[in-house]
Amino acid sequence: MKRLDALRAVYDKLSQRVVVTIMGAVAAELQSIGHRPNFFYLQHAMGLASSMGLGIALTRPELSVIVLDGDGSVLMNLGGLTTMARYRPKNLLHIVFDNESLLSVGGFPTATSTGSDIAAIARAAGVPRAAMVTSIDDFVRAFDEALAANELTTIVAKVEATGPSAYVTDLALLENRFQFQRYLARAGKA
Amino acid sequence: MPPVSTSSSRLVYDALKASGVRLISALPETWLVHLIRMAEDDPDMTLVRLAKEEEGVGVSAGAYLAGVKSAMLMQNHGFLAAVNGIVSCAQLYRIPLLMLITHRGSFGERDPWQTEGGGVTEDVLRALRIAYQYLDQPASVAHRIAEAQTLAYSSNKPTALLLCRDLMWEP
Repeated sequence: MKRLDALRAVYDKLSQRVVVTIMGAVAAELQSIGHRPNFFYLQHAMGLASSMGLGIALTRPELSVIVLDGDGSVLMNLGGLTTMARYRPKNLLHIVFDNESLLSVGGFPTATSTGSDIAAIARAAGVPRAAMVTSIDDFVRAFDEALAANELTTIVAKVEATGPSAYVTDLALLENRFQFQRYLARAGKA
Repeated sequence: MPPVSTSSSRLVYDALKASGVRLISALPETWLVHLIRMAEDDPDMTLVRLAKEEEGVGVSAGAYLAGVKSAMLMQNHGFLAAVNGIVSCAQLYRIPLLMLITHRGSFGERDPWQTEGGGVTEDVLRALRIAYQYLDQPASVAHRIAEAQTLAYSSNKPTALLLCRDLMWEP
Protein backbone atom coordinates (compact mmCIF):
# COMPACT_ATOMS: atom_id res chain seq x y z
CA MET A 1 0.00 0.00 0.00
CA LYS A 2 1.19 3.50 -0.84
CA ARG A 3 0.51 6.21 1.71
CA LEU A 4 -0.63 8.58 -1.04
CA ASP A 5 -3.26 6.06 -2.18
CA ALA A 6 -4.42 5.56 1.41
CA LEU A 7 -4.75 9.34 1.83
CA ARG A 8 -6.68 9.61 -1.43
CA ALA A 9 -9.02 6.83 -0.33
CA VAL A 10 -10.17 8.73 2.78
CA TYR A 11 -9.57 12.31 1.60
CA ASP A 12 -13.25 13.19 1.14
CA LYS A 13 -14.00 11.96 4.66
CA LEU A 14 -11.52 14.46 6.09
CA SER A 15 -13.45 17.48 4.86
CA GLN A 16 -15.52 18.07 8.01
CA ARG A 17 -12.91 16.86 10.49
CA VAL A 18 -9.92 18.40 12.21
CA VAL A 19 -6.70 16.89 10.85
CA VAL A 20 -3.24 17.16 12.42
CA THR A 21 -0.32 15.59 10.56
CA ILE A 22 3.34 15.05 11.20
CA MET A 23 6.11 16.49 9.04
CA GLY A 24 7.62 15.03 5.91
CA ALA A 25 5.91 12.83 3.39
CA VAL A 26 2.49 12.80 5.10
CA ALA A 27 2.27 16.59 5.11
CA ALA A 28 3.54 16.97 1.55
CA GLU A 29 1.32 14.23 0.14
CA LEU A 30 -1.84 15.46 1.84
CA GLN A 31 -1.13 18.94 0.47
CA SER A 32 -0.54 17.48 -2.99
CA ILE A 33 -4.09 16.08 -2.92
CA GLY A 34 -5.41 19.40 -1.73
CA HIS A 35 -4.89 21.60 1.31
CA ARG A 36 -7.89 22.56 3.41
CA PRO A 37 -8.13 25.08 6.27
CA ASN A 38 -8.96 22.26 8.69
CA PHE A 39 -5.57 20.59 8.07
CA PHE A 40 -2.59 21.43 10.29
CA TYR A 41 0.87 20.13 9.47
CA LEU A 42 3.25 20.01 12.43
CA GLN A 43 6.43 20.41 10.42
CA HIS A 44 8.85 19.64 13.24
CA ALA A 45 8.60 18.57 16.89
CA MET A 46 8.49 14.88 16.01
CA GLY A 47 6.14 12.97 18.24
CA LEU A 48 3.92 15.87 19.23
CA ALA A 49 1.25 15.65 16.51
CA SER A 50 -0.61 13.07 18.61
CA SER A 51 -0.25 15.29 21.69
CA MET A 52 -1.68 18.25 19.73
CA GLY A 53 -4.54 16.09 18.55
CA LEU A 54 -5.17 15.07 22.16
CA GLY A 55 -5.20 18.72 23.26
CA ILE A 56 -7.76 19.61 20.59
CA ALA A 57 -9.90 16.51 21.19
CA LEU A 58 -10.06 17.06 24.95
CA THR A 59 -10.93 20.74 24.73
CA ARG A 60 -13.37 20.49 21.80
CA PRO A 61 -15.34 17.27 22.26
CA GLU A 62 -17.84 18.37 19.59
CA LEU A 63 -15.16 18.10 16.88
CA SER A 64 -13.90 14.94 15.19
CA VAL A 65 -10.09 14.95 15.30
CA ILE A 66 -7.83 12.80 13.14
CA VAL A 67 -4.06 12.58 13.67
CA LEU A 68 -1.93 11.35 10.76
CA ASP A 69 1.20 10.05 12.44
CA GLY A 70 4.23 8.02 11.40
CA ASP A 71 6.33 5.24 12.89
CA GLY A 72 9.39 7.45 13.45
CA SER A 73 7.31 10.08 15.25
CA VAL A 74 5.39 7.60 17.41
CA LEU A 75 8.63 5.94 18.45
CA MET A 76 9.86 9.34 19.68
CA ASN A 77 6.83 9.73 21.93
CA LEU A 78 5.74 6.26 23.00
CA GLY A 79 4.73 7.69 26.36
CA GLY A 80 2.22 9.83 24.49
CA LEU A 81 0.29 6.67 23.65
CA THR A 82 -0.21 6.05 27.36
CA THR A 83 -1.45 9.63 27.84
CA MET A 84 -3.86 9.32 24.91
CA ALA A 85 -5.07 5.99 26.28
CA ARG A 86 -5.47 7.43 29.77
CA TYR A 87 -7.96 10.08 28.59
CA ARG A 88 -9.15 8.11 25.52
CA PRO A 89 -11.21 10.88 23.92
CA LYS A 90 -13.96 9.33 21.80
CA ASN A 91 -13.50 12.00 19.13
CA LEU A 92 -9.88 11.13 18.33
CA LEU A 93 -8.71 8.80 15.57
CA HIS A 94 -4.98 8.14 15.51
CA ILE A 95 -3.61 6.86 12.20
CA VAL A 96 0.03 5.78 12.00
CA PHE A 97 1.55 5.35 8.55
CA ASP A 98 4.29 2.81 9.20
CA ASN A 99 6.89 2.63 6.44
CA GLU A 100 9.47 1.15 8.81
CA SER A 101 11.89 3.96 8.05
CA LEU A 102 12.82 7.58 8.55
CA LEU A 103 12.10 8.32 4.92
CA SER A 104 12.67 12.06 4.74
CA VAL A 105 16.15 11.86 6.27
CA GLY A 106 17.66 9.11 4.17
CA GLY A 107 15.37 6.15 4.67
CA PHE A 108 17.16 4.61 7.61
CA PRO A 109 15.15 1.76 9.14
CA THR A 110 13.20 2.29 12.36
CA ALA A 111 12.58 -0.36 15.02
CA THR A 112 9.31 -1.37 13.35
CA SER A 113 11.52 -2.88 10.63
CA THR A 114 12.90 -5.31 13.19
CA GLY A 115 9.62 -6.32 14.77
CA SER A 116 8.38 -3.54 17.04
CA ASP A 117 4.60 -3.57 16.62
CA ILE A 118 3.01 -0.15 17.13
CA ALA A 119 -0.57 -1.50 17.08
CA ALA A 120 0.34 -3.96 19.83
CA ILE A 121 2.13 -1.22 21.77
CA ALA A 122 -0.94 1.03 21.48
CA ARG A 123 -3.20 -1.79 22.65
CA ALA A 124 -0.89 -2.55 25.56
CA ALA A 125 -0.77 1.16 26.40
CA GLY A 126 -4.52 1.01 26.88
CA VAL A 127 -5.85 2.41 23.60
CA PRO A 128 -9.30 0.78 23.46
CA ARG A 129 -9.20 -0.05 19.75
CA ALA A 130 -6.07 -0.74 17.72
CA ALA A 131 -5.57 -2.44 14.37
CA MET A 132 -2.87 -3.03 11.81
CA VAL A 133 -3.77 -3.01 8.12
CA THR A 134 -1.77 -3.71 4.98
CA SER A 135 -4.19 -2.98 2.12
CA ILE A 136 -6.21 0.01 1.00
CA ASP A 137 -9.50 -1.87 1.40
CA ASP A 138 -8.65 -2.88 4.96
CA PHE A 139 -7.46 0.65 5.72
CA VAL A 140 -10.71 2.24 4.53
CA ARG A 141 -12.74 -0.36 6.42
CA ALA A 142 -10.77 0.21 9.64
CA PHE A 143 -11.12 4.00 9.16
CA ASP A 144 -14.91 3.78 8.78
CA GLU A 145 -15.26 1.34 11.67
CA ALA A 146 -13.21 3.56 13.95
CA LEU A 147 -15.38 6.60 13.25
CA ALA A 148 -18.54 4.55 13.68
CA ALA A 149 -17.27 3.04 16.94
CA ASN A 150 -16.92 6.50 18.47
CA GLU A 151 -13.99 5.32 20.57
CA LEU A 152 -10.30 6.20 20.58
CA THR A 153 -8.64 4.07 17.90
CA THR A 154 -5.09 3.66 16.63
CA ILE A 155 -4.83 2.31 13.08
CA VAL A 156 -1.36 1.30 11.96
CA ALA A 157 -1.24 1.27 8.16
CA LYS A 158 1.80 -0.50 6.76
CA VAL A 159 2.91 1.53 3.72
CA GLU A 160 5.74 1.46 1.22
CA ALA A 161 8.79 3.56 1.98
CA THR A 162 8.18 5.93 -0.91
CA GLY A 163 7.38 9.59 -0.76
CA PRO A 164 7.13 12.79 -2.74
CA SER A 165 10.12 14.28 -4.56
CA ALA A 166 10.05 17.39 -2.37
CA TYR A 167 8.89 18.14 1.18
CA VAL A 168 8.71 21.94 1.19
CA THR A 169 5.42 23.28 -0.12
CA ASP A 170 4.29 26.82 -0.83
CA LEU A 171 2.15 26.89 2.31
CA ALA A 172 4.06 28.85 4.96
CA LEU A 173 4.06 27.32 8.42
CA LEU A 174 2.54 30.37 10.10
CA GLU A 175 -0.06 30.83 7.36
CA ASN A 176 -1.17 27.27 8.03
CA ARG A 177 -1.21 27.84 11.79
CA PHE A 178 -3.32 31.02 11.72
CA GLN A 179 -5.70 29.63 9.11
CA PHE A 180 -6.16 26.47 11.19
CA GLN A 181 -6.76 28.46 14.38
CA ARG A 182 -9.38 30.53 12.56
CA TYR A 183 -11.03 27.38 11.28
CA LEU A 184 -11.24 26.01 14.83
CA ALA A 185 -12.66 29.30 16.11
CA ARG A 186 -15.47 29.13 13.58
CA ALA A 187 -16.05 25.38 13.73
CA GLY A 188 -19.11 24.38 15.67
CA LYS A 189 -20.32 27.98 15.92
CA ALA A 190 -22.20 27.95 12.58
CA MET B 1 4.46 15.14 53.97
CA PRO B 2 7.00 17.65 52.64
CA PRO B 3 6.64 21.20 53.90
CA VAL B 4 5.11 22.45 50.69
CA SER B 5 2.95 25.50 51.26
CA THR B 6 -0.76 24.88 50.78
CA SER B 7 -1.59 28.56 51.00
CA SER B 8 0.95 29.57 48.36
CA SER B 9 -0.19 26.73 46.14
CA ARG B 10 -3.74 28.02 46.50
CA LEU B 11 -2.63 31.54 45.53
CA VAL B 12 -0.93 30.19 42.42
CA TYR B 13 -3.91 28.03 41.51
CA ASP B 14 -6.42 30.83 41.96
CA ALA B 15 -4.27 33.15 39.85
CA LEU B 16 -4.11 30.57 37.07
CA LYS B 17 -7.90 30.28 37.16
CA ALA B 18 -8.27 34.05 37.16
CA SER B 19 -6.03 34.31 34.11
CA GLY B 20 -8.41 32.05 32.24
CA VAL B 21 -6.54 28.75 32.41
CA ARG B 22 -8.91 25.81 31.86
CA LEU B 23 -6.42 23.04 31.07
CA ILE B 24 -3.35 22.10 33.06
CA SER B 25 -0.81 19.53 31.99
CA ALA B 26 1.52 18.26 34.66
CA LEU B 27 4.02 15.73 35.84
CA PRO B 28 4.14 15.20 39.59
CA GLU B 29 6.94 16.81 41.56
CA THR B 30 7.08 17.38 45.30
CA TRP B 31 6.56 21.13 45.11
CA LEU B 32 3.55 20.66 42.82
CA VAL B 33 1.57 18.16 44.90
CA HIS B 34 -1.00 20.65 46.17
CA LEU B 35 -1.38 22.39 42.80
CA ILE B 36 -1.99 19.08 41.04
CA ARG B 37 -4.55 18.02 43.67
CA MET B 38 -6.33 21.36 43.27
CA ALA B 39 -6.53 20.83 39.52
CA GLU B 40 -7.73 17.28 40.10
CA ASP B 41 -10.50 18.42 42.45
CA ASP B 42 -11.69 21.26 40.22
CA PRO B 43 -14.57 20.23 37.94
CA ASP B 44 -13.91 23.25 35.72
CA MET B 45 -10.29 22.25 35.05
CA THR B 46 -9.05 19.64 32.60
CA LEU B 47 -5.96 18.01 34.10
CA VAL B 48 -3.74 16.09 31.68
CA ARG B 49 -1.25 13.87 33.46
CA LEU B 50 1.75 13.41 31.19
CA ALA B 51 4.31 10.66 30.81
CA LYS B 52 6.96 13.21 29.84
CA GLU B 53 6.87 17.00 29.86
CA GLU B 54 7.44 17.52 26.14
CA GLU B 55 3.99 16.07 25.46
CA GLY B 56 2.54 18.97 27.38
CA VAL B 57 3.80 21.42 24.76
CA GLY B 58 1.76 19.58 22.13
CA VAL B 59 -1.29 19.33 24.36
CA SER B 60 -1.12 23.06 25.17
CA ALA B 61 -0.57 23.99 21.52
CA GLY B 62 -3.64 21.97 20.55
CA ALA B 63 -5.70 23.50 23.33
CA TYR B 64 -4.57 27.00 22.37
CA LEU B 65 -5.43 26.60 18.69
CA ALA B 66 -8.78 25.19 19.82
CA GLY B 67 -9.40 28.35 21.86
CA VAL B 68 -8.63 27.17 25.40
CA LYS B 69 -6.06 28.72 27.72
CA SER B 70 -3.70 26.29 29.39
CA ALA B 71 -0.64 26.07 31.62
CA MET B 72 2.13 23.54 32.06
CA LEU B 73 3.26 22.59 35.56
CA MET B 74 6.67 20.98 35.71
CA GLN B 75 9.98 20.72 37.46
CA ASN B 76 12.96 22.48 35.89
CA HIS B 77 14.29 19.08 34.85
CA GLY B 78 11.01 18.57 33.05
CA PHE B 79 11.50 21.91 31.35
CA LEU B 80 14.90 20.70 30.18
CA ALA B 81 13.23 17.54 28.85
CA ALA B 82 10.69 19.65 26.94
CA VAL B 83 13.10 21.99 25.17
CA ASN B 84 12.77 20.58 21.65
CA GLY B 85 8.99 20.74 21.85
CA ILE B 86 9.20 24.33 23.07
CA VAL B 87 11.50 25.30 20.18
CA SER B 88 10.06 23.15 17.38
CA CYS B 89 6.40 23.52 18.23
CA ALA B 90 5.67 26.49 20.49
CA GLN B 91 8.31 28.88 19.15
CA LEU B 92 8.23 27.76 15.51
CA TYR B 93 4.45 28.15 15.40
CA ARG B 94 4.22 31.19 17.69
CA ILE B 95 2.13 29.53 20.37
CA PRO B 96 1.54 31.34 23.68
CA LEU B 97 2.62 28.84 26.29
CA LEU B 98 2.45 29.57 30.00
CA MET B 99 4.97 27.45 31.89
CA LEU B 100 5.19 27.18 35.66
CA ILE B 101 8.53 25.65 36.50
CA THR B 102 9.65 24.64 39.97
CA HIS B 103 13.12 26.02 40.50
CA ARG B 104 14.73 23.03 42.15
CA GLY B 105 18.44 22.88 42.82
CA SER B 106 18.84 26.46 43.93
CA PHE B 107 19.94 27.77 47.37
CA GLY B 108 18.57 25.57 50.12
CA GLU B 109 18.29 22.43 48.02
CA ARG B 110 18.91 19.28 50.06
CA ASP B 111 18.55 16.70 47.29
CA PRO B 112 21.92 16.26 45.58
CA TRP B 113 20.29 15.03 42.36
CA GLN B 114 18.43 18.31 41.88
CA THR B 115 21.47 20.54 42.03
CA GLU B 116 22.78 20.31 38.47
CA GLY B 117 19.52 21.38 36.82
CA GLY B 118 19.10 24.30 39.19
CA GLY B 119 22.34 25.79 37.92
CA VAL B 120 21.40 25.81 34.25
CA THR B 121 17.66 26.54 34.22
CA GLU B 122 17.88 30.30 33.87
CA ASP B 123 20.70 30.10 31.34
CA VAL B 124 18.57 27.83 29.17
CA LEU B 125 15.55 30.13 29.50
CA ARG B 126 17.72 33.05 28.43
CA ALA B 127 19.28 31.09 25.58
CA LEU B 128 15.75 30.34 24.33
CA ARG B 129 14.86 34.03 24.78
CA ILE B 130 11.89 33.05 26.95
CA ALA B 131 10.70 35.90 29.16
CA TYR B 132 10.52 34.76 32.78
CA GLN B 133 10.08 35.96 36.31
CA TYR B 134 10.31 34.49 39.79
CA LEU B 135 7.32 33.61 41.88
CA ASP B 136 9.03 34.01 45.22
CA GLN B 137 6.58 35.86 47.45
CA PRO B 138 2.83 35.62 47.94
CA ALA B 139 2.18 39.32 47.35
CA SER B 140 3.29 39.26 43.72
CA VAL B 141 1.91 35.88 42.65
CA ALA B 142 -1.41 37.03 41.23
CA HIS B 143 -0.18 39.91 39.12
CA ARG B 144 2.92 38.10 37.85
CA ILE B 145 0.84 35.17 36.63
CA ALA B 146 -1.62 37.55 35.00
CA GLU B 147 1.23 39.46 33.36
CA ALA B 148 2.93 36.28 32.13
CA GLN B 149 -0.32 35.19 30.50
CA THR B 150 -0.83 38.65 28.98
CA LEU B 151 2.68 38.72 27.49
CA ALA B 152 2.38 35.16 26.18
CA TYR B 153 -0.79 36.09 24.30
CA SER B 154 0.36 39.48 23.01
CA SER B 155 3.73 38.14 21.83
CA ASN B 156 2.50 34.69 20.73
CA LYS B 157 5.43 33.19 22.61
CA PRO B 158 6.12 31.00 25.62
CA THR B 159 6.59 32.71 28.98
CA ALA B 160 7.81 31.14 32.20
CA LEU B 161 7.42 31.61 35.93
CA LEU B 162 9.95 30.04 38.25
CA LEU B 163 8.29 28.72 41.38
CA CYS B 164 10.88 29.42 44.08
CA ARG B 165 11.57 27.80 47.42
CA ASP B 166 10.67 30.94 49.38
CA LEU B 167 7.14 30.76 48.00
CA MET B 168 6.59 27.02 47.75
CA TRP B 169 7.94 25.90 51.11
CA GLU B 170 6.35 26.61 54.45
CA PRO B 171 8.65 28.95 56.36
